[in-house]
Amino acid sequence: MNYFLTEEQEMIRDLAAKIAKEKVEPLALEYDEKGTFPQDIVEVLAKADLFRVFIPEEYDGLGGGIMEMSIVVEELSKACGGIALAYAASGLGTMPIMLFGNEEQKKKYLPRLAAGEILAAFALTEPDAGSDAAAVKTKAVPDGEDYVLNGTKQWITNGGEAFIYTVIALTDPTRGPRGASAVLVEKDTPGFEFGKKEDKMGIRASVTRELIFTDCKVPKTNLLGREGAGFLVAMKTFDKTRPGVAAQALGIAQGALDKAVAYSRERKQFGKPISAFQGIQFMLADMATQVEAARALTYAAARTIDAGAKNVSRVSAMAKLFASDTAMRVTTDAVQVYGGYGYMKEYPMEKLMRDAKITQIYEGTNQIQREVIALQLIKESLQKKE
Amino acid sequence: MKIVVCIKQVPDTTNVRINPETNTLMREGVESIINPFDMYALEEGIRLKEQHGGTVIALSMGPPQVESALREAISLGVDEAVLMSDRAFAGADTLATAYTLARGIKKIGKVDIVLMGRQAIDGDTGQVGPGVAENLGLPHVTEIRKIEQIDEDGTIVVERLLEDGYVRLKSKLPILLTVVKEINEPRLPSLKGKMAAKKAEIQNWKSEDIELDAQRIGLTGSPTQVMKVFTPPKPSGGKIFEGDVQQAVTDLLVELRSAGIPIGQQKE
Amino acid sequence: MAEPIRIILDKCVGCGLCIKVCAYDAVSLVDKKAVLNERCTVCGACVSACKYDAILIERRPFKGQDVENYSGICVFAEHRGGELSSVVYEIIGAARELKVSLDKKISAILLGSKVRQMAEQLVSYGVDEVWMMEDPAIGDFNEEIQADLVAKILLDKKPEIFLGGGTIIGRSLLPRVAAKILTGLTADCTELAIDGENKLLKQTRPAFGGNIMATILCNSHRPQMATVRHKVMKAAEVLQGHDGQIQEMSYPILKPRVEVLEFVPEEMDTVNLADADFIVSGGRGIKDPKNFALIGELAKALGGAVGASRAAVDAGWIPYSHQVGQTGKTVNPTIYVACGISGAIQHLAGMKSSDIIVAINNDPAAPIFNVAHYGIVGSLFDVVPELVKQIQG
Repeated sequence: MNYFLTEEQEMIRDLAAKIAKEKVEPLALEYDEKGTFPQDIVEVLAKADLFRVFIPEEYDGLGGGIMEMSIVVEELSKACGGIALAYAASGLGTMPIMLFGNEEQKKKYLPRLAAGEILAAFALTEPDAGSDAAAVKTKAVPDGEDYVLNGTKQWITNGGEAFIYTVIALTDPTRGPRGASAVLVEKDTPGFEFGKKEDKMGIRASVTRELIFTDCKVPKTNLLGREGAGFLVAMKTFDKTRPGVAAQALGIAQGALDKAVAYSRERKQFGKPISAFQGIQFMLADMATQVEAARALTYAAARTIDAGAKNVSRVSAMAKLFASDTAMRVTTDAVQVYGGYGYMKEYPMEKLMRDAKITQIYEGTNQIQREVIALQLIKESLQKKE
Repeated sequence: MKIVVCIKQVPDTTNVRINPETNTLMREGVESIINPFDMYALEEGIRLKEQHGGTVIALSMGPPQVESALREAISLGVDEAVLMSDRAFAGADTLATAYTLARGIKKIGKVDIVLMGRQAIDGDTGQVGPGVAENLGLPHVTEIRKIEQIDEDGTIVVERLLEDGYVRLKSKLPILLTVVKEINEPRLPSLKGKMAAKKAEIQNWKSEDIELDAQRIGLTGSPTQVMKVFTPPKPSGGKIFEGDVQQAVTDLLVELRSAGIPIGQQKE
Repeated sequence: MAEPIRIILDKCVGCGLCIKVCAYDAVSLVDKKAVLNERCTVCGACVSACKYDAILIERRPFKGQDVENYSGICVFAEHRGGELSSVVYEIIGAARELKVSLDKKISAILLGSKVRQMAEQLVSYGVDEVWMMEDPAIGDFNEEIQADLVAKILLDKKPEIFLGGGTIIGRSLLPRVAAKILTGLTADCTELAIDGENKLLKQTRPAFGGNIMATILCNSHRPQMATVRHKVMKAAEVLQGHDGQIQEMSYPILKPRVEVLEFVPEEMDTVNLADADFIVSGGRGIKDPKNFALIGELAKALGGAVGASRAAVDAGWIPYSHQVGQTGKTVNPTIYVACGISGAIQHLAGMKSSDIIVAINNDPAAPIFNVAHYGIVGSLFDVVPELVKQIQG
C-alpha cells in the first residue's frame, strides 16, 4: 500500500532498511541469545544521522517528527525488535526534554542526542508502581540548590547505557501524584547506581536495569517544567511516543509475516508447498490484513501528532493497542505456520513471538490503553451533548 | 590532495539469473549499483581526504542514468562528481574507455591519486585501470590491499596482493591504484549526505567539453568487437555418479569443466 | 554524430527477444517495434540475440596496424623466483593448438635478470623463437619497465597474436601494453580458436559474473591480445627434439618509478565464505575433527572456502564462523560441495542458491541428493582425496 511518504521520509526509510538488512539482521540471533547491548548498531545509526530525525534543526536535528521516528523504528524492528529498542527508548527519553526542557537544557543535551553521542532513558516505573503510576515513591526532596533523590526505578530500558535519564519523582511527597516532578539525572552522578541487567523473555538485545538512587543530589536547574508537573510530563510524553511502540510492534509483525510467507512456499507436505493449502492461505491473508490495518493506524496517529493536533491521546493509544495486539497475534500465527520448526530455537521464528509480547505491556499496558481510549470517548460524548 | 575515484554503474550481476527455459538473462529486479569494488575505492578516497585533507572527485563515463551512481558517491562523502556522458562515448571497449576517462582526468587536472576498483563485475576485465595510467603517463599498481602511508613529500607506500602473499611497494605521487576488498570496510551513507547528494550539482561533460581525439572514443576507438553473445550450457541437474570412485570423480570433473567452470584455479 | 546502434525497422518483427537479453533495461517495444533508449551501452547482446538481423552496430574503428605485416603467435613468458609460471605452459599449449590452424611460428617474450635457462625450457615446450632480454636492470617484475620493453618488441617483431596469463602480473601488464601500442585486449579467455575464413583469433570469455559468454574479435588492430587464466587450458607437454632460436634483444631500460620494498608470503587459508566462488562443506559424515583437513585440501585445490553444517559445528569440530545454514551464513557460490551432509532443511536454507550443488554422501537416500545438481554416492574419505588428486592433475 502507498502511504504517500515524502521524498525525505522515503530516504529515511531506505537508509533504515539498508542498515536493518546489512547490519542488524546478521547480529539479531546472536545478540538475542547472549543479551548483548548493540553498541555497534548504535554507532552505525549515529553515523547515518538517524538519531537526528526527530530532533529540531536548531539543535542539530533534521526537524522531522513522530512519523520519521516511527519509520526508523519500524524498519529496524523488521530485523530485530530488541536492537531497534535501543533507538526507540532513547527517543522516549529525549521526548520530555524536547517538550518541557528550557533553552539551556535543550542546548545541553539535544545536540549530543542528535549526534547519537549519548543515549537517553525514561524512568517512571517502580516495583510498586506499574499501571498505577501515581503510586511512585521515589523522592526528589528539595535541599537548598538541589534535589536529593532516594528510591528505585524498575525495568528501565537503556538503564546503564543511557547518559541522561528523565526521572519522575516526588518533590513534594505530601501532595501525592500532584507532588511529582520530572528531573533530569546524568549517569555517574554520585548516589546514582544501576542494578543487575534483567534476564527477559524477549527483546533480549535491549538492556533493562534497575535505577537505584541513594541520596543522589541533582541541581534544581535539572527540573523539567514546573514542580508538580511530573505526571503531566509523563502523559504528554507517552501521548507522543506511543506510535513508536506501535511501529516496533508493526516491524516485528511484518518481519514475522514475511518469513511465514516465504517459509510456506518452501515447506512441502503432502507433495505440495503448504502455501497451496487454503488453511495456510487464510491465515496469511488475515495476518497481512491485520498488519496493514495496524500500519495505517500507526501512521495516522504519527501524522496527527506531527500536524500539531491538540488532543492525541486517543489515537496514539489506539495505535499502540492495535499494533501490539496485532504483533502478538501475527507472531503466534507465524509460529503456527512454521509448525514444529517454529518452536525450535534453531529457527528464527520463536524469537519473534517472544519479542512481540512486551509491546502489549510496556509504555502503558494495553489495559491502560483501553482505559485511556474509553475515558476519551466518554469525555468527547459528554462534550457533544452540550 | 586531489583524489579522483573512477566509478562504474553496473547491473547487480550477483542477482542475475539465467531463465532455465529460454536460456536468457532474467533481468527482472536486477538493479543498477555502483560496481562493488569501486565502493572500496570511494571509501579509500574519502578516508585519504579525511586523513590528509583535499578533495575527492568521483568520475564516471556512461549513459545519463549513471548520475544516480554519482549522487550515491556524494552521499558517502565525495566532494564533487563528474559525469562524462555522450552517445559518442558509447560502445567503448576497455581501450577506448581508458582513453576517455584519462582525458576526463586530464581536464580535472593536477590529480595526485586516481583510485578505482580492481575490476567491474559486468566486464570482469580489470583492464581500464592500467590503460588509464598509461594514457596519463602515471605509474600504476593493481590489487592494492592497503595504503600504508603517504608522506608530505608525496612518497607513498602500498601493499599489493599477490597470489601467495603481498608485496610492499614504494612510489611517488601522482599514481593510479586499483583496490581489492581487503583494503577497508565501506561506510553507509548518512542522511545529511543523502540530502546533500539530492541538491548537489553534478558536472556533465560531453565530448565537445573535453580535449580529445574523436577517433579514440566510443565504438570508433574500440579495436575489439563482440561477435557473439551466448549463454553457456548450464549443467542439467540431478546427475548421480555411482560405482568406481576414480571413474565417478573423472566423470564429474568433465561435466563441470565442460560447463565452463574453472576447476582448480588459483585464488587471485 | 550518427547513432552507433540502430534498429532496422523493416526487419524487426517485435518478438521482444532483445528486451529479454538486455541487462541495462535499454530496449522496449513500441507499436510492435523495438526501440532503444538512452540506457543503452552498445554492449551488443541484442545484436547477437536477434534472429532477424534487425539490430545493427555501425563499426568504423580507428586505423589500425598493417595487418599483412603481422605474423606469428607470441606468448608472454611470465616467471617468478627463477621459474616459469605454470600458466605459461598452458598458454603455450593453446598457442600450439592455434599453430595447427594458422601454421605460423610460436614466439615468446622473456624478460628478467637471469632468464637464459627458462629460455631453453621454452624452446623444449615448442616455442620456435624466444625473444629474450636478460639484464639485471630489469629486476623483479615492474609494470613500467616491462610494458615498455614488451611494446618495443611487439612493434619490432610484429606477431599477429600476443597471449599472456590472466595472473595478477598479466592483468596489470598487458592492458598497459595494449594502451601503449593501441590494440585490442580480451581478458580471461576460456577458449581461443582461429576463424576458418578470415584467420582471426576468436576470443571467447565469460561476462556478467559468468552468466553469459561472449566471443570477441580484434579485426584491424595488431597484435590481437588476450589473457588466459590459470587451469583453464591444458598445459603443453615437452615437445621431444624441438629446436628453436633464442634471440637476445637489447633496448634501453626505463628507470622504474615504483620500487619493491619487500615480499611478505601469506597463507591464504581463510577465504571469506560470503565472497567465495567455491565452498566445500563438511557435515556429520566427517566423523572426526581431524578429517576436516580433507575438506580443507579440497577447498584449497578449488581455491575456495571451507564451510560446515551445524552438526559439525555443534560437535566442536570447526568454529561457528564456518557454519552455513539457517543459523549460520547464507552463501551463493558457483559450486557448493557438500561432503557427508545429509541435507536438512536448516542447512539447505543457507546454500540452496548456489549455482551448482555437488553432494558426496554414502547414503543414496540422503535428502541432499534431491537438491544437488551432481552427486557421488560413496564414502567421502575415498571421493574427496580422489577429487583433490584429479584436480591438481
